[in-house]
Amino acid sequence: MNKQTSARRWRFGLIHLFPLPALAIYTLFIVYPILAAFTYSFYDWQGFKRGSWVGLDNFVDLFTREPFNRLFWNALGNNVYYFVLEMVVQNVLAFILAYIVYTRIKGAGFLKAAYFVPRLLSVIVVGFLFKLILNPNNGALNTLLKKVGLASWAKPWLGDPDTALTAIILVNCWFGMGFALLLFLAGLQSISREVIEAARIDGAVGFRLIRTVIMPMMMQSIIIVTVYTFIHAFEAFELVYAMEGSQGEPVNSTDTLAIFFYRVAFGGSGGADSTAVGLGSALAIVMFFIIATMSALFLYLTRNREVQQ
Amino acid sequence: MKPNRGLRTLQYATAYLIAGIGLYPIFLMIFSSFKSNIDILKNPLSLPKSLDFASYELLLDRLPYFQYMGNSAIVSVTSVVLIMCFGALASFYIARYPFRWNGALFFYFLVGMMIPIKLGIVPLFLLMKQLSIINTLWSVILLYTAIGLPLSILILTGFFRTLPKELEEAARLDGCSDVQTLWHIMLPLMRPAMGTVMIINFITAWNDFFFPLIFLQEESKKTIPVGMLTLFGQYSTEWNVLFAGLALSSLPMLVLFLFASKQFMEGMTAGAIK
Repeated sequence: MNKQTSARRWRFGLIHLFPLPALAIYTLFIVYPILAAFTYSFYDWQGFKRGSWVGLDNFVDLFTREPFNRLFWNALGNNVYYFVLEMVVQNVLAFILAYIVYTRIKGAGFLKAAYFVPRLLSVIVVGFLFKLILNPNNGALNTLLKKVGLASWAKPWLGDPDTALTAIILVNCWFGMGFALLLFLAGLQSISREVIEAARIDGAVGFRLIRTVIMPMMMQSIIIVTVYTFIHAFEAFELVYAMEGSQGEPVNSTDTLAIFFYRVAFGGSGGADSTAVGLGSALAIVMFFIIATMSALFLYLTRNREVQQ
Repeated sequence: MKPNRGLRTLQYATAYLIAGIGLYPIFLMIFSSFKSNIDILKNPLSLPKSLDFASYELLLDRLPYFQYMGNSAIVSVTSVVLIMCFGALASFYIARYPFRWNGALFFYFLVGMMIPIKLGIVPLFLLMKQLSIINTLWSVILLYTAIGLPLSILILTGFFRTLPKELEEAARLDGCSDVQTLWHIMLPLMRPAMGTVMIINFITAWNDFFFPLIFLQEESKKTIPVGMLTLFGQYSTEWNVLFAGLALSSLPMLVLFLFASKQFMEGMTAGAIK
């Protein structure tokens, strides 16, 4: 009896080792760096060597010193545009297609897979692929436009400051639409068909049915897609880097906060004479607060919805 | 559910037209890789005249492509294995033991899903230097493991909680230790959840570009996505080689998707909805 209890106690001890590897790796590589980034922003940095405490100077620089302030607001504006255009193009399209797939269209399985395929590629591959497709002289898009008699539409899509960012975001919509569609579809499928049938008998049809019955009932997936799109848009880096490089060319028209951040922290350009870790960290903190505040707000909205239902 | 015929036709046309537009760039990438450079530049839209692997030969000649692929494979497989082991251990502990701090521990892990870790890249860079694992595959392996753990723990803990407690008690009575119970009784039942965890994390690790861009500067350590940067930097006029590089680096995922499209799509959405 005594022996059995001691054996059990020993097991009781060993079990506490179970979460330790996960805890250690997660704390060291996720929690520590994000906390450290906060402290870095309050110091002066010489390259990657930490200098003296400077309080809020880095933040002041970011918001008041040329060219940082101009580049910051320019990039922030681009990120907002990124988010809005993805919501309007990618997510509206994803919603419409999810609804069509939901209405028992023939070949639904194939369609879902087809919409989803781009999501399997590496973002850098997507960026480079479309850089070739959108090439002004030999790219597939302009060649196609010329073939169908729309030669006047052909443009140097990525070389023109008026179209470059829009082109990149539309490529991003191509990449992410299928994923948003699957999330919407999961939301649609969670509504029982009887509810929809009942609403239909009560006279709700077509667009009214979608707006008054279906959309309120799948609010949760709509908000999840919105949060995803928001975080994604405010972290936009790879696609811009692949298609327009670390300067957000042409003339900073495709510069995003993440590209600006990369340039300041590692590039030794973009206004700073050399690597500017302090300024970069300040920028990271500002981005962190934008993302965290907005995600919390969206999630708060979901919770409210759940209580209401 | 019978919408009128005009609307139905419009729905079919929209759905299939957009599917076509969606797939076309991928087809273009694949068939261009079988064309000659001049043919691509002169007739970007035409189909290849024959199945010519010359661009692939050039690609392998120009770049240490198999080395990139080997590095990518090592990184993805190792980080997925680590996530599955450590994630399962932590989730088993959180879901099946009644310790007071389990709720807080679970919450601590879940916070990680909301942290945009790219913003911690400077401290991470210095940390990797301090640990002397910069320019080694371990830098990205450990980082991907850390990034993958929160969501994986969420999925696995949820699944562990659905398994009947009696199974575990029966195993205990038969004299299984905690480790034996987890390994012999619980894990075989966890296959669906483990599959989801595997797919989500494998795609992330295989496709990521940002972290290897910063941590793996040495040519012999590069993964495929960073290798693409070298390719486009050095051979930007040889479009056939570029297309071959893009196609070859996407091939593993596309082939896996052909065999397990349902698992891919369910796995990736399961991660988001939870």
